[in-house]
Amino acid sequence: MRAFVVAVFAFLYLPIALVVLFSFNAGHHASEFTGFSVQWYGKALSNPFLVEALKNSLFIATASALLAALCGTAAALGLQRIGARTRALFDALLGAAIVVPGVVIGISTLVALVQLFAVVNPFLASLWPSDQPPRLALGYGSIIAAHGLFSMALVTMIVGTRLGSLDRNLVEASSDLYATPLTTFRSIVLPQIMPAVTAGFLLAFTFSFDDFIIAFFVAGAQTTLPIYVFASIRRGVTPEINAIATIVLAASVLLVLLAQWQLGRRKPSP
Amino acid sequence: MTAVPDIEFRAVTKRYGTVTAVSGIDFAVPPSAFVALLGPSGCGKTTCLRMIGGFEQPSEGQVLIRGRDMAGTPPYRRPVNMVFQQYALFPHLDVEENISYGLRQARPRLTSREIASRVGGALETVQLAGYGRRKIHELSGGQQQRVALARALVNKPAVLLLDEPLAALDKKLRTDMQIELQNLQREIGITFVLVTHDQEEALSMSDFVCVMNGGRVVQLGQPSEIYDEPADLFVAAFVGKTNLLSGKVAGLSGDRVDVALADGTVIAARKRVPLGRDEAVSVSLRPESLSLSATGEGRLKGIVRNRIFLGSTAEYAIEVQGIGSLLAKADHVIGQGNLFKPGEPVAIGFAAGAPLAFPRPKNNGTNQREDQHVEILS
Repeated sequence: MRAFVVAVFAFLYLPIALVVLFSFNAGHHASEFTGFSVQWYGKALSNPFLVEALKNSLFIATASALLAALCGTAAALGLQRIGARTRALFDALLGAAIVVPGVVIGISTLVALVQLFAVVNPFLASLWPSDQPPRLALGYGSIIAAHGLFSMALVTMIVGTRLGSLDRNLVEASSDLYATPLTTFRSIVLPQIMPAVTAGFLLAFTFSFDDFIIAFFVAGAQTTLPIYVFASIRRGVTPEINAIATIVLAASVLLVLLAQWQLGRRKPSP
Repeated sequence: MTAVPDIEFRAVTKRYGTVTAVSGIDFAVPPSAFVALLGPSGCGKTTCLRMIGGFEQPSEGQVLIRGRDMAGTPPYRRPVNMVFQQYALFPHLDVEENISYGLRQARPRLTSREIASRVGGALETVQLAGYGRRKIHELSGGQQQRVALARALVNKPAVLLLDEPLAALDKKLRTDMQIELQNLQREIGITFVLVTHDQEEALSMSDFVCVMNGGRVVQLGQPSEIYDEPADLFVAAFVGKTNLLSGKVAGLSGDRVDVALADGTVIAARKRVPLGRDEAVSVSLRPESLSLSATGEGRLKGIVRNRIFLGSTAEYAIEVQGIGSLLAKADHVIGQGNLFKPGEPVAIGFAAGAPLAFPRPKNNGTNQREDQHVEILS
């Protein structure tokens, strides 16, 4: 039994450990370790295509996480006020949204966006006075929208859980102490749910930063870091790729840990 | 012209769906009084308090605060403050920020010096000077209770609402807080409305007790009135301990009735509601109104089964043939060996005005159990 567990963990983590190890390889080949060096990190970060992809990824992750945090929190707050039965339905739908495979989300978002563009673009063109009407197309916007949509379900769930454990008496006490609903939200509810919102933001960021499948479908001409890695792997695995992978891994682990820490903060007292 | 009452309920009914929590309540609370809303859980007392606070709106009728109809006025526009059952202190704010919360909402804004001085005063009032920078979770239950009190009082409300504020404290602390609350109320001179299911608390702290049952006000009066002249069987049984003896009306004369008890003994009782001949009644006899003697000079005779010696008093459970067990309470005088022992026969006497007869509720008066004495411990 113990050997089995060791085997499972080895299977899970050995490849990752190897990637990290080989990112510090002095040699040119991914298969033999010839000495310790950080040269591949330098190479990776001086590759303009890679830096461009990294910037894209950071921008998209930030934007989609912000969108998810805002909309997800608003949705969670709204769900507080509806009837129990409708709420159960929404909760089930949220859960479903999270387990839908990325391929399905990717392809359905792509289809939906293309259909939308087919309707909107001619309409925009008919309104525009000059010959060069703006055209909606796949790109930053579509990736941000697709990622934001998926992460929103995540944020709604996390913030909703926190709201559920929020003491209703606190809201009433604030109202009793002459605070308007807006003030109550700002000075009581928001501080209480902020750790959940932050955690949701961080998880959404991590998701978007790592995601390849959905981005691949809706990216159009844009390149995100995972897409760049995928493309360059076809030219062979170089230690440069290992270095990028290690950077992404470190960043992701850091963000997830940060999110966990946020969720654990100031748990409502029993 | 009488003064405008601080709180007035006019035919207030509150329904939740098909459930009626409060039905047709009318009462007025005189200014600067300490009022207790007393009743078992589910009697509607908390609903009444929440309607004063503005957290619930009456389905019918009006709630007036200092003569103003509060219909549609949200909690944050009402001149009342509440001490919540679990205190509901803001966990992310410290003691000072909690107490100043209400003051900081005032428009036009108060100066920070004014706020600081009032918070300091409030902290002193509740004997927590120097605790301003403490976090809420660093405080004991009793201290949190004081912060909740200070947070409400610092706003100088017209009425202070207290929702079972002492329920979470241990007995010693509770007694201390009872005295402190009474002193505070006298000092500040505003109306306190206390919700409690603890009849002892209600009797000991308040100027007026409003006894509620099944969504209605059963009796409103001073604590001694409630105890001595209960309006019905429920109040007699709920407020304080009493013995309930079942019997039948054997004779009527003015405000007196003769009641034939289960064993055939006929005793004279006062009545507070009209009774008919042969009507099934319960006679309430307070334990302390019974006097015990060994000599046989009494209306009822029994045998001591248990003795509970409490120092200043002693309580006896006395078995009376054909009636059941009666609880008697006797003062104990030091040096006077007047304690009865279990197994001893005693004669039970009582003053003429002590027994009170009430009509027995029809729905549960049929079984034999009713013939047993019912001892109510709240």
